[in-house]
Amino acid sequence: MPYLALENIRKAYGPAVAVDRLDLGVEKGEFISLLGPSGCGKTTTLQMIAGFVEPTQGAIALDGIDLSRLAPEKRGLGIVFQSYALFPHMTVAANVAFGLEMRRVGKAEIRQRVEQALAMVGLADKGGRYPRQMSGGQQQRVALARALVIRPAILLLDEPLSNLDAKLREEMQLELRQIQRQSGTTTVLVTHDQQEALALSDRIVVMNQGRVEQIGSPFDVYERPGSAFVATFLGRTNTFSAEPTSRGLAVAGHVMMPGERPATISIRPEKVDFTTDGDGLPGRVLTRVFQGNHWLLHVETPDGLCLVIRPNDGRPVPGEGETVVLAFRARDASLSLAGSTP
Amino acid sequence: MNAQEHQGWLLVAPATLLFVGIVATPLAMTLLLSFNGWSSTQGIVPTLTVQNYAEILSDSFFAEIFLRTLRIALWVTLICVLIGAPEAYILRRMREPWRSSFILVVIGPLLVSVVARTLGWALLLGGNGLIPLALHRLGLTSSPVSLMFTETGVVIALVHVLVPFMVLSVWASLARMDPATERAAQSLGASQITIFLRIVLPQAMPGILSGGIIVFSLAASAFATPAIIGGRRLKVASTLAYDEFLNTLNWPLGAAIAVLLLVGIVAIVVGWNRFIERRYSQVFAS
Repeated sequence: MPYLALENIRKAYGPAVAVDRLDLGVEKGEFISLLGPSGCGKTTTLQMIAGFVEPTQGAIALDGIDLSRLAPEKRGLGIVFQSYALFPHMTVAANVAFGLEMRRVGKAEIRQRVEQALAMVGLADKGGRYPRQMSGGQQQRVALARALVIRPAILLLDEPLSNLDAKLREEMQLELRQIQRQSGTTTVLVTHDQQEALALSDRIVVMNQGRVEQIGSPFDVYERPGSAFVATFLGRTNTFSAEPTSRGLAVAGHVMMPGERPATISIRPEKVDFTTDGDGLPGRVLTRVFQGNHWLLHVETPDGLCLVIRPNDGRPVPGEGETVVLAFRARDASLSLAGSTP
Repeated sequence: MNAQEHQGWLLVAPATLLFVGIVATPLAMTLLLSFNGWSSTQGIVPTLTVQNYAEILSDSFFAEIFLRTLRIALWVTLICVLIGAPEAYILRRMREPWRSSFILVVIGPLLVSVVARTLGWALLLGGNGLIPLALHRLGLTSSPVSLMFTETGVVIALVHVLVPFMVLSVWASLARMDPATERAAQSLGASQITIFLRIVLPQAMPGILSGGIIVFSLAASAFATPAIIGGRRLKVASTLAYDEFLNTLNWPLGAAIAVLLLVGIVAIVVGWNRFIERRYSQVFAS
């Protein structure tokens, strides 16, 4: 039995269903991300774990204990809110100490643990400040320290990095991962940022319209998307409709890969290659954009526009207006059979 | 002076004229009047004297009335805080459509004419009124005791009309509060009472203190309510000034009382405001 188990969870607000038939098991020490567009039910799921929202149906168990009858203040979970929700009238140290005071921890131990927690997030000397006097990144760290200092059974992160600028967000991702590994706390992250989910998680739960689309490791989910939604939501993808021929699946009459039945081929932009020999899909480069470490090309093909990403590794890249032939390896593509619902 | 400055002066002129006409001039005239002499035979004597102030400051009759005014205003402020702050919190937690309708109920007292409202209280507080009878029936008093012409009666009637100011002020302060702070406290193990006392109340404090200023100054300068409920027997500073003007016809003395009341209120409000700014500027964005 997993450490945190969500079984057949459903949450409906009147006729509107926010979460439906959700089954999820989180192992102890695991870092799991709930990823999806806004309104997909990921935040509702987090709030049901936290206890702020009651499931309409289903069971949530932590370490074999049913959580559903436990009030949020009795669950012992650490939560980092999107807005950080620091107490503005308390100093940083008092913010971090609050959860320990509620647990009636002795004064000396509180001081020691608050110091440790602040040191862990790199704010050892900032305990006397008020939240308002700190930057967004620092406030974020305080919120993390406040949630972790109570040694929570689970750490819940609700879009914790979405209010930070891009550079700081990347730094905090690394740091968050490091702190989580170090403390070994089972963590559930809610995010709409695919890059964040890919970078941080042991496993990703991709959600859409209240349902789980796919659960898997970041690599699996990216490389072998289980549905068309996952393929388009996580990273970018090209889709081609393919017809079977005697030599394999063909796109617009050009054989691309083996296969016997009509299907939709889905291929990542970085997996598409330019070829000079053999069969492939002819096309013409419409635009070529330099993006530092890679080039982004839009190639017009008989079956629509194809996105191609080429690393900036010194090899020549075709210019705008040039005709090219596109090819890819069969194992890099994923197929969904035509006629089946994506 | 350039064109833009000209335009600026032009734009503030109407408001300035209005202010000078209906606030500054009467105030200045009252101040001048308070330094005039008076005799029962001659009326106002246009001399320059501090005799009126000397009389007020030396006579225990006046001291008692000023102290009573202060006492009433402080009680009203305290009770408004005790009622208004939780009321605002409860209102904030209400759902629509309840919230809108209850806000209307809360500001209801302000929609009723001061005379109708106060006479209504006179009916409730009088010897045969509902409140004394209820207290008697409950065995809290041996016979129905009228609350008319008592400080308690004045305080009750003033709290009724001034609570909305406190509620709205605290409300504004709570609206700036991040609701997630309550959830954060809850997730850290705080009970509802602890959340209210340690998380909500401190964040509502600027609203409570500024609401306190409004309620205090309105209570200290209130006229109609103490005039009807307190009557002649229970004078406060504003009704005292009124009596000096219209009954004794000693305008200079009345003016001096009014000036002292104004100066007293302004001093307290300014001091209070300083305190709030010093205490909270670090913690909350203004």
